[in-house]
Parts: sequence; C-alpha cells; structure tokens
Amino acid sequence: MSTTAQELDARGLNCPLPILRAKKAINGLQHGQVLRIRATDPGSVKDFDAFCKATGNELVSSEQNGGEYVFQIRKH
Amino acid sequence: MSNVAEMSSGKLPNELFQKHGATLDAWFDERFTKKLKELEESKTPSLAIIATKGTMDWAYPPFILASTASALGWDVNVFFTFYGLELLKKELHLEVSPLGNPSMPMKMPFGPKWFQGINWNIPNLVMAGVPGFEKVATGLMKKTVKNCGVASVQELRDVCIEAGVNLVACQMTVDLFGYTRDDFIPEIKDWVGAATFLPIAQKSDVCLFI
Repeated sequence: MSTTAQELDARGLNCPLPILRAKKAINGLQHGQVLRIRATDPGSVKDFDAFCKATGNELVSSEQNGGEYVFQIRKH
Repeated sequence: MSNVAEMSSGKLPNELFQKHGATLDAWFDERFTKKLKELEESKTPSLAIIATKGTMDWAYPPFILASTASALGWDVNVFFTFYGLELLKKELHLEVSPLGNPSMPMKMPFGPKWFQGINWNIPNLVMAGVPGFEKVATGLMKKTVKNCGVASVQELRDVCIEAGVNLVACQMTVDLFGYTRDDFIPEIKDWVGAATFLPIAQKSDVCLFI
C-alpha cells in the first residue's frame, strides 16, 4: 500500500483539464511519490491509462466509486 | 576480382554467403529490430499544428491538442496563420457563429432539464437578420462551457505557454490584416513564414491542419 503524497480534486472538470491538472501536480512531486486524483469525467479512465503509458509514470490503481473515478499515480 | 566486385556492390562472395548468409541475415534482422525499438523509445514525440480558424469553437482543437501533447511530454509547435492569429491576441474576443452551421446544437444552458433539452431550430434568415445574434450565441456557449467543466480558451492557452509549447505566428498575415506585433501576446516564440514552419512540420510525428 502506497501513501498518498498529494490529492487532486478534478471533479466536475472535463477533458483535457483532469490530465493537465494532474500533470502539473506530478511536476511538484518527488520520484516515487503518489498522487491521488478524484474525477467525474468518464473519459478520464482511458485518458489516465494512456497518460501514464506515455509519460512512464505508474498507474497504481484506477477505481470507480459510484459516479466518481479515483486514480493513483506514482511518479516515475 | 569478381569477389571484390560483388562485395562492392553489396553482395557477399558466393561461397561466403552460402556458408554464413542465413546467420548474418538473422543477426542483422534481430539487431536492427532491437535498435529500431530503442530509437523509438528514446525519441521524444512531436506535434505540429497549423491553426487557421479564429472563432471560439475552433479555438479549442489546437489548444486542447497542444496542451495535452505537452502534458504527455511531447515537443509541440503551433503555427497560427490567417484567422488563427486571433487566438494569439492579448485580449481574446472570440465569438461563435451558428449561422450556416447546421451541426451546432442550439440549446439553453439554464432552466429546467426539459427546457435545456430543446434544440432550437432557428432559420438562417433569422440568425442573419437579428442584430447581436452572435453575441448572444457566444454568451450561451460560454455558459455551457462553464457548466460542463470545460476549460476556457484563455486557460488552455495559458497552460500551453506555461508548458513551453512553441507558439509561432505568420508574419504575412500580420501584414495582410494590418495588425501590429503589439496586438499580440509577448510569449510568441517567432514571427515566421511557411518556409520556416514546413521543415518543423516535416520532422514532426503528428502534423495537423486545423
């Protein structure tokens, strides 16, 4: 289980804002630290998967809670 | 003598080839595939966009793609030409025109749900004749954008600037439309022509005309 270094509330935001905000937050993290993101954009599920593949960061988890999506990304 | 001739033409001497040809081929194929993969993985992808439209709706595709590509770590160049230059003005006054655009939904961003669901089928003649129609349509679109959690054009442009996207402007259009450089944001990287942008586009993995 990894501890979350930072939380990002991207609820109510639409493409591409969740990705842009996440990228900005990740920039401020140290290598190995985890960012936890909450979002409501259904497109963000595939987008965060693709984002992590492209940037080399690790998508630790991607879950759905009701109408909300929670992602955990570990900085590469 | 014939061996030398064959070697210089890229062929191996017959007896050598018969003995080692298959091994060499296999070695080369394996090495080449591996090297190619290495090169692809180490290369930073790049995007080149030519932005030619200056309405609020068409401002989105170049800025969304450019900001997202920069978030993915890509190198991005955007060349703004003709009406696209409007997107680089210090003060953005972008409007949307539903006139002659049958694909644009005309829905109200306020009121009860049943009311918001109505697609108002307004004849072109009315859109063209009513003064300030575009102002109203633009206001409604801005409200819809806000309601849906979509970024403003300004916000996306700021992200692009912050992320180091190269925004380049077409010098010819500036002269043609009678603009001055003072009308535009100082973050513009360069004022160039087609001859400067084409080699950039040539080396880009993705090149889009919007």
